[in-house]
Amino acid sequence: MDWGALHTILGGVNKHSTSIGKIWLTVLFIFRIMILVVAAERVWGDEQDDFVCNTLQPGCRNVCYDHFFPISHIRLWALQLIFVSTPALLVAMHVAYRRHEKKRQFRKGDQKCEYKDIEEIRKQRFRIEGSLWWTYTGSIFFRLIFEAVFMYAFYFMYDGFRMPRLMKCNAWPCPNTVDCFVSRPTEKTVFTIFMIAVSSICILLNVAELCYLLTKFFLRRSKKAGNSKQQSNHENKEETKQNEMNELISDSCQNTVIGFSS
Amino acid sequence: MSWAFLRDLLSGVNKYSTGIGRIWVAVVFMFRLLVYVAAAENIWKREHDEFECNIKQPGCKNVCFDHFFPVSHIRLWALQLIMVSTPSLLVVFHVAYRENREKQHNQKLYRNPGKIDGGLLYTYLISLILKTGLEIVFLVLFYKLYNGFKIPHLVKCDIKPCPNTVDCYISKPTEKMIFLYFLVATSCLCIVLNLSELSYLIFKYSIKCYLKRHMKKQQ
Repeated sequence: MDWGALHTILGGVNKHSTSIGKIWLTVLFIFRIMILVVAAERVWGDEQDDFVCNTLQPGCRNVCYDHFFPISHIRLWALQLIFVSTPALLVAMHVAYRRHEKKRQFRKGDQKCEYKDIEEIRKQRFRIEGSLWWTYTGSIFFRLIFEAVFMYAFYFMYDGFRMPRLMKCNAWPCPNTVDCFVSRPTEKTVFTIFMIAVSSICILLNVAELCYLLTKFFLRRSKKAGNSKQQSNHENKEETKQNEMNELISDSCQNTVIGFSS
Repeated sequence: MSWAFLRDLLSGVNKYSTGIGRIWVAVVFMFRLLVYVAAAENIWKREHDEFECNIKQPGCKNVCFDHFFPVSHIRLWALQLIMVSTPSLLVVFHVAYRENREKQHNQKLYRNPGKIDGGLLYTYLISLILKTGLEIVFLVLFYKLYNGFKIPHLVKCDIKPCPNTVDCYISKPTEKMIFLYFLVATSCLCIVLNLSELSYLIFKYSIKCYLKRHMKKQQ
């Protein structure tokens, strides 16, 4: 069980996503998860071992490290990636539910069902409309919220995105203010900025996808309204024509009656 | 043999679960198993090496660590994940038994061997009760072993061969505490899901039973 399993789960969602959604998934896997696993984990691997404080007092290093890094960058990123990937599961579950319903219809022998066999149902790609649209849009919305929350948490916890070389610590049992040195601060700063940049790109992609879905929704609605107006206009015209004809018929009838009576 | 085995096991269970059961599987995968493997394991990886005592006496650190951490948090977490996933196997075994029976007798004994009715319903309910019970047992164990869900950054130790009361410092206590709270929160979420699935099934099948009896009476 690792990131590969997540790839399998989310790969299924890929089929039912928009093009922007597919780009988002690619960016997530290549520029975030892969970078995390292949590079970032090595950079932060020796973070506590090589965190050195200018004192021999036992315990001072542990306490200072804990004070300056309540939760390590690498763990925060891992949590961010897990939380950001979770809303896509909602879409996967909704699609699975729809497939299950269609399979049930097919098994019952419903005439409305237009599939030839179960394989076709399994391979079918559902269009993003109806209730699936709401699930999909909701999942993008939650993704945005999680990304924003984690980026803010990063900024708040580490006072910006820079990793300082030296930290001054005077937590007990350090005898007085002690200099503590972080290992590989420049490399860590570079990776932090990289991950933040890719997060921002993902946020932009999500916003674009949201706008695209909303635009499509409103266009579809106005098309439907336009169609029904055209239909009602057409119906009105037909009604007035029929009314005129009825009047003509009744007039001619009256005339004949009058003619007859007179 | 690794966590992938558990993952494959649970995927098999997913087929015979209700909707809430599938949500439970998703929560266990994403928020418990994945977080454990991707993040939590690394925090506790070098807990013994980084446990430091303010003394040079050989053996004192080992003895103090052993006294304060009889079973490491991370091992308890792993045990909890395994124990909590196992009752679902009862359902898988029961379905396999049904299919086996159909094969032996060479006729269709059940409308659908995977449908939750009859004996399979009781097996499913028992598995839910066991899952909830095990979750609660592990939470209580965590609470009792470590005096709550807090991890102090300093513990005072005076066991032989430490010459007197010695300060020992735990590494990354804040990070460990954050993930411990995360574990407790996801456990509680899973307990709530299990209880709601239990009540949903009991409610659904008692209504079915009642309607059947009502129709029989009318006839």
